Amino acid sequence: MKIGMPKDGRFGDFGGKYIPETLVPAIEELEENYQKIKSDKSFQNELDYYLKNYAGRPTPLYFAKNLTNFAGGAKIYLKREDLLHGGAHKINNTLGQALLAKKMKKKRIIAETGAGQHGVATAMACSCLGLPSEVYMGYKDTVRQQQNVFRMDLLGCKVYPVKSGSQTLKDAINEAIRDWITNVDTTYYLLGSAVGPHPYPVMVRDFQSIIGKEIKKQMKNVPDTVIACVGGGSNAIGTFYPMIDDGVEMIGVEAAGKGLKTGKHSATLNAGKKGVLHGMMTYLLQDNDGQIKETHSISAGLDYPGVGPEHAFLKDVGKVEYKSATDSEVIDAFLTLTRTEGIIPALESAHAISHAIKIAKTKPKSDSIVVTLSGRGDKDIDIVKQYLRKNVKNSR
Amino acid sequence: MSKIQDKFKELKSKNEKALISYIMTGFPNENATLSIVRGLVKGGADILELGFPFSDPIADGPVIQNASTVSLNKGAKIEKFFKIVKKIRKETDIPLVLMTYTNVLYTHGYSAFMLKAKSAGIDGLILPDMSIEESKEYLKSAKKNNLDTIFLVSPNTKNDRLKKIAKASTGFLYLVAVFGTTGVQTKIHKYTIDAIKNAKKVVNRKLPLGIGFGVSTPVDVKKYVSAGVDAVIVGSANLKIIENTSSSKLQNKITEYTKKLKRSTRI
Ligand SMILES: Cc1ncc(COP(=O)(O)O)c(C=O)c1O
Repeated sequence: MKIGMPKDGRFGDFGGKYIPETLVPAIEELEENYQKIKSDKSFQNELDYYLKNYAGRPTPLYFAKNLTNFAGGAKIYLKREDLLHGGAHKINNTLGQALLAKKMKKKRIIAETGAGQHGVATAMACSCLGLPSEVYMGYKDTVRQQQNVFRMDLLGCKVYPVKSGSQTLKDAINEAIRDWITNVDTTYYLLGSAVGPHPYPVMVRDFQSIIGKEIKKQMKNVPDTVIACVGGGSNAIGTFYPMIDDGVEMIGVEAAGKGLKTGKHSATLNAGKKGVLHGMMTYLLQDNDGQIKETHSISAGLDYPGVGPEHAFLKDVGKVEYKSATDSEVIDAFLTLTRTEGIIPALESAHAISHAIKIAKTKPKSDSIVVTLSGRGDKDIDIVKQYLRKNVKNSR
Repeated sequence: MSKIQDKFKELKSKNEKALISYIMTGFPNENATLSIVRGLVKGGADILELGFPFSDPIADGPVIQNASTVSLNKGAKIEKFFKIVKKIRKETDIPLVLMTYTNVLYTHGYSAFMLKAKSAGIDGLILPDMSIEESKEYLKSAKKNNLDTIFLVSPNTKNDRLKKIAKASTGFLYLVAVFGTTGVQTKIHKYTIDAIKNAKKVVNRKLPLGIGFGVSTPVDVKKYVSAGVDAVIVGSANLKIIENTSSSKLQNKITEYTKKLKRSTRI
């Protein structure tokens, strides 16, 4: 199998379509239409137009001189997806899928969201294109990311807090799938990461690949190393895929939460086992009976027990390395980037920053590391405030 | 011939359709399960569908979701489930179908899981998230272990696909009555009746057709039977009764309700 080209919807063993039969016609319709727009010039032109004029592409590749000096070693560059409209890479995917939904004449858009960034990006793309949107969000996430809930409200998007299960991203996906099964004829499910049944992982990757393509253009070549955080894995696969055969060192960073040994983390590729969830075969955090475990991360956007199937494959074939960063390392990286560069990163993205700081000093000054800064941290300042307050108290 | 196939043959000779009763094992607790099973058997259920909980039941509505959560919180484990099945098997010969999700089987390995299921007394399997595209290994293991594979089809399943799924199905074919998740419904849709008639035309006559999702009253059962189904599956409605009845009255209540449903399966 050529890397990146799934056969029968699978990347090696991973991916596939494990879905209730009611969804099969919808998935087939999606696949067919996605194939059509992929090679449709006018669709791609329209998408380019919105990416440029609405979302703010291309995003800068910024040489982080102060951070580089702080870390002491390889040059660190930041791919500034945090500067996009909405504040994260999510808009690359939502504009693409919302345009596709419109072409498919779908009347209603549903989505799930973890941190709320995908929900906000969905609401924005839908407002822009004149489509109504409804978003499922774990109850726990609505509490810790209130600002994004209110942003969705303002954008005219209905938010449904999900109180089943662990009340986080995985449960929001469950509920969105149930809605889709119920309203399969009229509704387009705008999935927010490179997960789910085929063709979602491929489609989301393709829409996010603009990140890696721009990096290559902006570096005039390829960097020595690229680093991105991995929740479901959309910003990471969008970064890696365009340089998959270019001999670049690629590192995905998962959420180690309170530490891999504590069991309170979301590091699926580091600690998971193969299984089936949300329509795909992939690595999962699960118990001996196949029950999905509750996960933990300080960043709602990485708090997910699964991971995109292409990452599972890339891990197994050794193309990409998957590391992790703990909550406290992430807070350190968050503060460091904020103070050295005046850039407040999303806690998700701070996982990638943390790892970059860690490895930069092990590399020569002539090396280049590109970190995908997937989002900005405005949504997270209350969490950081609480964390600092608690931990300052504890250390007294 | 499997136990399930024998049952359908027997019912045919009696001019009856099958009543398939679903419960979630371990709901509201492990001890209640055996008592509820006795109630169902006494009431005349023809086949039992035993749910084993999965943490993320995407095809289920609030009633079965809640039952799954309760069962898991009370410590549901697959080894315990097999023990319950063995106990049931000691008391009755009724065909037993396991309904759960793909990951539960996959984690243990299809073959290893099925070997244990079969020897505990399970006769067939229903996995709402197992699509035929992904079923090669699953089917192979099921065949080796003499377990029936009951696939689901939907009112929007196209005819060529319907035929393919029917080909992979043994025991019976499970038609989902509604666009939606499991749960109690208040009306019978015309599209469902059309789907029943279509499936009876398209699918091999030897494969019985069951209907489930939302079936809850004797009137529902009658309507579906006269539309041509060979089996009705009642699930969430049982769980509703279990939720709302004190444990001392539960077995009788279940028996009475099952009797009423069963009466409507006689033509
Ligand atoms: C800023 C940011 N980065 C990363 C992620 C993780 O998603 P993914 O792994 O799909 O890029 C999220 C998800 O909410 C996010 O908001």
